[in-house]
Amino acid sequence: MAIVELRFSALPEHVRTARLVAAAVARRAGVAETVLDEVRLAVGEACSRAVGMHQDRVDDDRPVTVTLDDGNGRFSIEVNDGVPQPTLTEEGLAEGAGLVPDLSANGSGLDLIENEMGLAVILGLVDDLDVRAGAEGGVIRMSWPSGAKSAETVG
Amino acid sequence: MDLSLSTRTEGGRTIVEVGGEIDVYTAPKLREQLVELVNEGQFHLIVDMEAVDFLDSTGLGVLVGGLKRVRAHEGSLQLVCTQERILKIFRITGLTKVFPIHPSVAVAIASSD
Repeated sequence: MAIVELRFSALPEHVRTARLVAAAVARRAGVAETVLDEVRLAVGEACSRAVGMHQDRVDDDRPVTVTLDDGNGRFSIEVNDGVPQPTLTEEGLAEGAGLVPDLSANGSGLDLIENEMGLAVILGLVDDLDVRAGAEGGVIRMSWPSGAKSAETVG
Repeated sequence: MDLSLSTRTEGGRTIVEVGGEIDVYTAPKLREQLVELVNEGQFHLIVDMEAVDFLDSTGLGVLVGGLKRVRAHEGSLQLVCTQERILKIFRITGLTKVFPIHPSVAVAIASSD
C-alpha cells in the first residue's frame, strides 16, 4: 500500500495541480490508460466542489485534502473539503443521486445545470462512489481498479 | 496549460476559438468573453472547442450561461467538437440535447443558414 496526500488552500488555481498529481499517481498505480481521463476529471470535479464550499467563508484557511491510495487492488481518491457540515441523511443521498438534470423541458433545467453539475459528472463517471458529510468536512471517495495486487493475492 | 481565446467573424457568425484547459480557474475568462460578445450585440456564436485539452462542469456551466444569454436575444450558441473525451462530458450531463454540436466550423455555419 502506498499513500500520497496533497493539501492545498481552497483556491481555484490549485485544482489543476490536484488533477495532475492524481493522474500521475494513478498511472504509477497501474490504472488503465483509458481510465486516466476519468480519474483526472473526477478528481477535478471533487476538488472544484471542495473549493466552492469555501466560497464566502471569511477567515477560513482550512485546506482541501486529497488522499490517493493504491492499496488492495484499487486506486482510491478521497477529497475532504474541510468544511464542517450537517451529516448527510439517507434522503439527502437519494436527492444527490438524482442530480443529473432532466433536460427534456427546454430551458427550465438550465438554471440548475449552470450551477450544479459537478456531482452529476462524478456520478456519471465513477461506479464506486461514496459521499459523506460531517463535522470533519464533506468527503467524496472514489475508486477504480488498479494494477496493484491486493493483500489477498500477494504471495 | 492556460486558456487561450480568440474571436473572428465568419459567415455572419462569431467564432470563439478556445484552447487549453477550461476549469474552475480559467472558466471565468471564457464567461467574460461570452458576456462581452453578447453585450456587443453578437448573438449568434459558434464556440470552436477543437483545441480544448480539458473541460469540466464549471466550463459546461459557462457555456450554458452563454446559451441563456444569446437565447434572450433570439440568438444561438453552437459548438464544434470532435474529441471523444470532451464529448463524453456533454453526454454524461445530457447537454447533447441542449447544444448543437458539429464536427467543424464550416458545418456549424452551414447548419445555421
